[in-house]
Amino acid sequence: MKMMSGAAMVVEALKDVGVELVFGYPGGAVLDIYDALFAQDNVKHVLVRHEQAAAHMADGYARSTGKTGTVLVTSGPGATNTLTGIATAYMDSIPMVVLSGQVPSSLIGEDAFQETDMVGCSRPIVKHSFLVKRAVDIPKAIAQAYYIANTGRPGPVVVDLPKDLVNVADSHPYVFPDDVTMRSYQPTHKGHPKQIKKALDALLSAKQPILYVGGGAITANAESSVIALAEKLNLPVTNTLMGLGVFPGQHEQCVGMLGMHGTFEANKAMHNADCIVALGARFDDRVTNNVAKFCPDATIVHVDIDPASISKTIKAHIPVVGSVDSVLEQLNAAMPEIDEAAQKEKLADWWVKINEWKAKGCLNYAKSDEIIKPQQVIESLYKHTDGKAYVSSDVGQHQMFAALYYPFAKPRQWINSGGLGTMGFGLPAAMGVQFAHPEAVSTVVTGDGSIQMNIQELSTCLQYNLPIKIISLNNRALGMVRQWQDMIYKGRHSSSYMESMPDFVKLAEAYGHIGIRVEHPDQLDEAMKECFSHKHKLVFMDIAVDQNEHVYPMQIKFGAMDDIRLSKTERT
Amino acid sequence: MRRIISVLMENAPGALSRIVGLFSQRAYNVDSLCVAPTDDESLSRLTIITHGDDKAIEQITKQVNKLVDVLRVVDLTENTHIERELMLLKVATPSDAIRAEVKRNVDIFRARIVDVHAANYTVEVTGTSEKLDAFANTMKLSAEIIESSRTGVCGLARGERALRV
Repeated sequence: MKMMSGAAMVVEALKDVGVELVFGYPGGAVLDIYDALFAQDNVKHVLVRHEQAAAHMADGYARSTGKTGTVLVTSGPGATNTLTGIATAYMDSIPMVVLSGQVPSSLIGEDAFQETDMVGCSRPIVKHSFLVKRAVDIPKAIAQAYYIANTGRPGPVVVDLPKDLVNVADSHPYVFPDDVTMRSYQPTHKGHPKQIKKALDALLSAKQPILYVGGGAITANAESSVIALAEKLNLPVTNTLMGLGVFPGQHEQCVGMLGMHGTFEANKAMHNADCIVALGARFDDRVTNNVAKFCPDATIVHVDIDPASISKTIKAHIPVVGSVDSVLEQLNAAMPEIDEAAQKEKLADWWVKINEWKAKGCLNYAKSDEIIKPQQVIESLYKHTDGKAYVSSDVGQHQMFAALYYPFAKPRQWINSGGLGTMGFGLPAAMGVQFAHPEAVSTVVTGDGSIQMNIQELSTCLQYNLPIKIISLNNRALGMVRQWQDMIYKGRHSSSYMESMPDFVKLAEAYGHIGIRVEHPDQLDEAMKECFSHKHKLVFMDIAVDQNEHVYPMQIKFGAMDDIRLSKTERT
Repeated sequence: MRRIISVLMENAPGALSRIVGLFSQRAYNVDSLCVAPTDDESLSRLTIITHGDDKAIEQITKQVNKLVDVLRVVDLTENTHIERELMLLKVATPSDAIRAEVKRNVDIFRARIVDVHAANYTVEVTGTSEKLDAFANTMKLSAEIIESSRTGVCGLARGERALRV
């Protein structure tokens, strides 16, 4: 039996669960763990500049790989700084383990220096948490944390480690558990055969069906099954903001994103559908609009690994609890012989309608010779990256423009904070992506508001030579706030513009990177080309875009899914 | 509608706070809560009285079930069940007449006097919440209630149904 200190056990257990990379920041309560990290090469550590960014980096790493992201922070402020990052991961079901230092056991509850009740603070935003009480329990707690984080519906798990447990001077027996299963935690993967049968009957008898595919399909790595099902039955497919890429955006059966800023055709098709098959999507308020007017004629089949997601907002007629990949496999196995020509014929009228909606061209926008439109920046980004880049996004108008104008071909290519809507997420997430995929093109689509919420990480990018491409749509305003103020508050722009904006080019240069300012539409193509010619350098593109542009389409509040504004002057 | 949700969970530190936190975080109602380890000391059994429509109750049971520490959840009100609550009441007994009246009520309700003091009696009564309400209301008519404490409801399904691992 190996004997080692608690700190060495932490690192050894990380190695044994397969962790390669830890994002963190040292401090008093975790100095012993940092000393143990220093003594080995198996687990690499990335030093961030702010703990919130460490959590977002671990998150970006997790979203782009499917592996669990790892964060290591000290007690008190180190731990509380991760909370926004934990909540972001929780809302989007991202596997993450946060190891937080804690004051020595004997001081817990005494308001000691840098003490906070991390297990208590994080309780509503974690899947589970552990306060480890004995050093010998460290390997088991860590092993279980990773097991819980990345099985079932994934989510963040906190492991709080009091300082006395990890003292490098102590020695304890190290036993990594053979079995981490728990009697109280047994996620269901297979759908109930009776429900599978019902779902199949509903789908095969539908005349106006649609697949509504969300992030759960990405978690389950179910993209090929989704494509196979859609192609076999000639089904239109809409992706949620979290599901973009799981069904290719350029596929002719793709009707684009649905919801508040979804396409006209996606929202029309949903509203008029007679059968909606939701795969790993959760009918959230940014999708449904007014639930009382939601898709009146549809039989709703809801496939989700989390029973609590089913019938939470919209009553499912046919609930199927299970992972998207398993359920699609079962559906396929139960599928009778399909006459594909007859199936096509059956849906012909439906496709005529959908193609009419598509023909409306809801994403068309007026270009200008004078000023750059944000949409055209995303189109240019798509062109210059061949549609193959990882695109991490911050939150706001630029996020919606990126979601709508960059048709993602593959899952895990689009990294955004869909549920919590965390500004400041984009840059650190793109860094996590770059650490996971050193050779890939990792871009951030951001804005002048969001980028300033974690801009200190430009320093980390220099330290680790991360050649990220930052595409900042600079409209000198908090664009989405301003859009709502234009629409609802008669153009009263209360605190939605920014005075004293920094010179982002100089700022990038000060951090040791390249900055490029783009102000005129004629410069855009050339500038974008230059940006991507710097293969090994971070480039900050500060692109001045039209301040008055709004994101359309946009659902009308309290309406049905297909009550939509198509431009400042046109609505359904 | 009033519901009795029974929960079997790991008798682990923090487990109760997760349940209580869940109720406040998701704005579910808690009318009473009763918790203690079971005959198997590795498990705790918790009984929550809540109210809400069918949709709310479905969400409550699903969300509670989702907690990693929770093994089983059942809505006892869906089937026949037994529910009990215990109340201790301290009533002022300044005169013989009041003492006699308190004693009569205790007998009628099949309660018990468990402590006698010069100026008060402490009474124990067990039953459904309605019975406890009725007892307290009756006592109020004849004696001053100095203090009272109720355990909250606990319950079991009737017959062969059981909540176990």
